[in-house]
Amino acid sequence: MRRIKPGKLCCFLLSTCFLTFAAQQPQQPQTTPPPEPPPGAANGPQPGPAAKPQGKDDRTAAPAQQTPAANNAAVQEAVRNFLAIGAPPDPAAVKRGQAIFIPTCGFCHGSNANGGATGPDLVRSVLVLHDNGTGKEIGPVVHNGRPGKGMPSFPNLTDAQIKDIAAFLLERNQAAANRMNYKILNIVTGDPKQGQAYFAAHCAACHSPDGDLAHIATKFEPVGLQSRFLYPKTEHFPGMPGPPPDPREQKTVTITLASGQTYSGKLDRIDDFSVSFTDSNGEHHSWLFEDEKGIDVQVHDPLKAHAELLRQYSNADMHNILAYLETLK
Amino acid sequence: MKLSRFSIAALFCAPLCLWAQGLDPSSILHPKPDTWPTYNGDYSGKRFSPLKQINQGNIKNLQMAWLFHANTGPSASPFGVTIKSTPLELDGVLYFTVPDHAWAVDARTGREIWHYKWESKGGIHTGNRGVGIYHNWVFFETPDDHLISLEKDSGKFRWAVEIADLAQEYFSTPAPLIIGNHVIVGLGGDSLDVPGFLESRDPETGAVQWHFNTEPRPGEKGSETWPNAQSMTHGGGMTWLTGTYDPELNLLYWGTGNPNPVHAGQGRKGDNLWTCSIVALNPDTGKLVWWFQSSPHDTHDWDNIEEPVLFDGEIDGQKRKLLAQAARNGYFFVLDRTTGKNIVSNPFVDINWSKGVDSRGEPIPNPDKEPKTDGALVNPASGGATNWPPPSFDPETGLFYVSASPSYSVYYLTDTSERPEGYGGRDSGVWAESALEALDYKTGRIQWRHVFPGDGGGDLSGILTTAGKLLFTGDPSANFIAFNPENGKILWHAGLTSSVSNGPMTYELDGRQYLIVGAGDMLYAFTLPR
Repeated sequence: MRRIKPGKLCCFLLSTCFLTFAAQQPQQPQTTPPPEPPPGAANGPQPGPAAKPQGKDDRTAAPAQQTPAANNAAVQEAVRNFLAIGAPPDPAAVKRGQAIFIPTCGFCHGSNANGGATGPDLVRSVLVLHDNGTGKEIGPVVHNGRPGKGMPSFPNLTDAQIKDIAAFLLERNQAAANRMNYKILNIVTGDPKQGQAYFAAHCAACHSPDGDLAHIATKFEPVGLQSRFLYPKTEHFPGMPGPPPDPREQKTVTITLASGQTYSGKLDRIDDFSVSFTDSNGEHHSWLFEDEKGIDVQVHDPLKAHAELLRQYSNADMHNILAYLETLK
Repeated sequence: MKLSRFSIAALFCAPLCLWAQGLDPSSILHPKPDTWPTYNGDYSGKRFSPLKQINQGNIKNLQMAWLFHANTGPSASPFGVTIKSTPLELDGVLYFTVPDHAWAVDARTGREIWHYKWESKGGIHTGNRGVGIYHNWVFFETPDDHLISLEKDSGKFRWAVEIADLAQEYFSTPAPLIIGNHVIVGLGGDSLDVPGFLESRDPETGAVQWHFNTEPRPGEKGSETWPNAQSMTHGGGMTWLTGTYDPELNLLYWGTGNPNPVHAGQGRKGDNLWTCSIVALNPDTGKLVWWFQSSPHDTHDWDNIEEPVLFDGEIDGQKRKLLAQAARNGYFFVLDRTTGKNIVSNPFVDINWSKGVDSRGEPIPNPDKEPKTDGALVNPASGGATNWPPPSFDPETGLFYVSASPSYSVYYLTDTSERPEGYGGRDSGVWAESALEALDYKTGRIQWRHVFPGDGGGDLSGILTTAGKLLFTGDPSANFIAFNPENGKILWHAGLTSSVSNGPMTYELDGRQYLIVGAGDMLYAFTLPR
């Protein structure tokens, strides 16, 4: 397992872990319905449990045996915190605001609020961003219009209605800003027959569609499955519990000392200065290379073939293999 | 009232002495060995120290001098506190930051002198690279886009000015760079497609002296590389790492970030100047003198902010003023820093996204490797072949050292509209390893390469070289390591509490050389026994 050190976390790892984490849990129950995405919004929220705001102490004290759904909510919250996205607006207000916005404003500003034939984009509008879901900044503009720029006035909209529109716009701002929640579109586009041929040539030595990969497509969403076959490491979101590592990814090590004595077992840790492993009795051993002149260390990485194949795949190979694996229902 | 001789002397000397203790910007031109007066130690970005008390002969005896815990209390970041700043050192005091916090620490003992906390209004708290010092004033930037000025000796607040709009998702991370009476400030923020810029601020008042837009405005030079005004005004190009400066040419060099929307290029067809570029500016006016674009029309989040390192070298038998950069997109570039003309463009890791380079030495992106709705498998990953952790150039070996990460991501396009918003896509990191590479600046070829074994692939640490014929950096397994810069042989190491998270630095006080390194929320000092 790749160790994720919270202190070294970068956006790359964040995106990696979150994508893998989310994709590995296809059957989680929805605890509360997420706000309905605006029609056609490519960046609408990914289906899944809605994030519940939590205090910092709640999160750090998260119990080890959280349910996947609760864990996912904690991940969502950590992502929002990392991206400094404020509390989400009330979903009911967003829904009401959307219902007012589309017929009233959508003709000019687009039904997603990202700009139309005559009205500007409101998702990235400086005024809307400063409004921040309150209605205080957009209220006067909506009520009075912008005659100089051709925007009509809407004097009959109530303050409550404007606040609901503001909630809808805030939801759109946050959906655009929260890249971890972007919905990945259809990725099963390849040719399963060509994928099967590639599999037979490159993967069948270790894997079998009737054996270890039987029904694999029912265990992972396509994005998770694509990520798994490219490099099947179990990733944990930093500081969160997650699935235990798959024993098949465990590296093993054989160590021969200068005396000729040989040891082997599960590799725990190796760097330029030391090696440690756990033997079949569960006992931990370690050596400093400096103190064991002539030590020979052979690491066996069961995922090595996956890393080597990365250099060979074309995009088409990748899509074909996924299309084939998707037939293993 | 009778004044003692001492008080009289103090009375007359006081303003002068106080002044002498500050940092005159002209002294940065030739830093003394007992100082580290800028983020990079000098203006060149070489991160090479002439100190050699600690050297290959005695490195085995190196020992810890002190340890400082950067305790912020509850952190605004969900992932805790990480020291990414390189401390400045002046008159026996170290000055460094994490987001919202600045410290002054005794450089001999590691004891806190002062700690300043900024009450934040929000913003992304991913990191802060440190302070700039002008005479007796300390400057640093905050995640909520303020430039803070403190009194150097007391940490007392002088003033704060807003340098960007937090509501538009800007956040600020660089260490301000002081050139003459200019405080140069950059910033970050990719979430909502805002335009990037670099600014010079007045050290007395914080007022704007000049403002350089990293995208042209409609009708200006460079606007032909964007399809329309809309794309240009949402074009990104952030300036989130401290740049370098050549006082002889009076040119400021700064790397610019990726264009926005990050992964969706369909609404911004063209090269998208001056994103993913190195720009050379006049530091007195902010006027653009030349540019080199490392990633024309980037769609992979490969900010080109990596340090533009300045040194003089020989190319085809001729002495040249050079600038070298190991870029996040996997290319090593060497330019003539007077003109910006390209000399070397050579990948330092395996890459599959480029069809080669054009006549200007700029890479030609392969459209097949741009993000796709069903995914494109690309190396390097979005975190890059390298990233902000500082590289080093050792004039004695003539080698350029970089923390490298051969890596893959699948890049997905999620917003297929003509006018995408936000990132417009996302990526899934697949695999990565971490390596230290030594590059020949004349060719870009790898002279030696050390791949770190074990887990934590993709982690990167900053690098320092010294005249003690040593190279210091970290590995992903939380070791602080000294290499022989000539051949990559390991000479010494110390296990830390977490991996090296900043650029190591060094200074000499009272005839003793200290070596400072940050790892997570700890700052370590090493020295030799007397």
